[in-house]
Amino acid sequence: MREISFQKALEEAVAEEMRRDPRVILLATDFTGDPIKEFGPARVRFTPISEAVLTGMGLGAAGSGFRPIVNWRMVTFSFVAMDQIVNQASKIRYMFGGQADFPVTYRCTTGGGIGLAAQHSQSPYSMWMHLAGLKIILPSTPADAKGLLKSAIRDNNPVVSFECSRLANVTGPVPDGDHVVPLGVAEVKRAGTDVTIVALAYYVPEALAVAETLAREGISVEVVDPRTLVPLDAETVRASVRKTGRVVIVDEAPATCSAASEIAALLAEDPETFRCLKAPVRRVCAAPVPVPYSPPLEQAALPSRADITAAVYDVLKESLRAL
Amino acid sequence: MMAELFGRVDGYCKGKGGSMHIADFAVGMLGANGIVGGGLPIACGAALAAHLEGKGDVTVCFFGDGAAAEGEFHEALNIASVWKLPIVFVCENNQYAANNAVAVQHPGVDIAAHAGAYHMPGVIIDGNDVLAVYAATGDAVIRARRGDGPSLLECKTYRWHFHAMRNTPPAETRSADEIRSWKARDPIARLEQHGLERGVLSAAEIGTIRERVKSDLDEAVAFAEQSPFPDPKDLLVDMFAD
Repeated sequence: MREISFQKALEEAVAEEMRRDPRVILLATDFTGDPIKEFGPARVRFTPISEAVLTGMGLGAAGSGFRPIVNWRMVTFSFVAMDQIVNQASKIRYMFGGQADFPVTYRCTTGGGIGLAAQHSQSPYSMWMHLAGLKIILPSTPADAKGLLKSAIRDNNPVVSFECSRLANVTGPVPDGDHVVPLGVAEVKRAGTDVTIVALAYYVPEALAVAETLAREGISVEVVDPRTLVPLDAETVRASVRKTGRVVIVDEAPATCSAASEIAALLAEDPETFRCLKAPVRRVCAAPVPVPYSPPLEQAALPSRADITAAVYDVLKESLRAL
Repeated sequence: MMAELFGRVDGYCKGKGGSMHIADFAVGMLGANGIVGGGLPIACGAALAAHLEGKGDVTVCFFGDGAAAEGEFHEALNIASVWKLPIVFVCENNQYAANNAVAVQHPGVDIAAHAGAYHMPGVIIDGNDVLAVYAATGDAVIRARRGDGPSLLECKTYRWHFHAMRNTPPAETRSADEIRSWKARDPIARLEQHGLERGVLSAAEIGTIRERVKSDLDEAVAFAEQSPFPDPKDLLVDMFAD
């Protein structure tokens, strides 16, 4: 299978969907690649730096028969459009009684670890999860990035595509042809029996690396990637935890009211999963600070392989104590 | 519409929207908004769709004087003008945004003055003169359809009652003279007078129209009252499209 970068996989997804459906249009302040060359300036539109109007236009055009892709570029800039996201996009279908569909995709990069400091190193997907009316994808591999973004563009609802900055240049195998990954389906990235690590985005490959190291010590780690946060495939995560009885949830957003918190609650609330738990649910998240600029501080703020490894040891120790 | 206001299942939005979120996509009415200025970006998207379709559709976007103090107003006017979108921005300047007079919130009382900064026509109209509004809107629609881009129409009018028509309004702070002078310029009464003077309407015809409007409203209220409330089991319906 050919290997391409995460970024290239996303660009392929957009280009293929634009070829497939002439009603797909792009709105952004800037583009990667040269989509105007193939699709022309009517469909590929450079916009002023006006995130609110850009976000609302995506909705308005979607409600009028088009399938816009609005690229906020960094999630940071989406905060300028909070009214359009919170009051409009997440509610528009429901509050109008389902009269129309709004097939708009909002793209943005997310996460820290690349030296861009506080404002440009955020992972606010749980804020969007809380709104209930937006679907959310958060891929961890080039293949998932391409397949999920294609599904997002074809979906008849507002979908937010969070694209992890630290993964942009990571390469991986991507199937040829129309590679589509359905929304709302988690994937077990590595099978194991002792501990489940539920990891998001950049922390999926990190968890896999930790699993590889721990395997040499005789600890069998299962790594589950939700891939989509709304709808969240709770059943695949629960099934893994029912099997292993131990879980560590890893994400680079701070822990409070995070996706990790939601996953922990979905596990603890389920009677069958709760009965299988041999140790308390454990979260490994960012420190509750704005991500600092200086490299040693930034590294200290974000989860590391050592943090993940220590958490795995902890849940194993806790479960022994319970015996 | 009345059923929607009553929160009934036969309303446009099945009772899920209410007065602030009323919409009728079947006639191209893309929705009211509970956020001042919140509808302008969405209207620009509808105008972009019309522009790309190229069938001559034009978007008309309504808002109040308060919206001109929102960032979304300026973003929308800017991009609509840069892209020459087929849209008519209609500001109903009723002199008050919530409880604050337009002169207190803006350096100038003419919202249409903003049009110049965005290189589009800004037209001030007597908003209580039905025929003046009709004529100016026609010009703006023709311009939009021709591909010459947006216009900003400012209709000077007045809000007779309190903001949001509350059941228990705060004490009136506006002068009685001001309210009286605007009530004397009731647009419906003026249109009737105009029709009588021009001989295109008789007093009897006006009486018939008024009766018909009243009976239409009575019918709408009766329809709303007999419509059932939505079933709570449908609470989660309409969240997502298939």
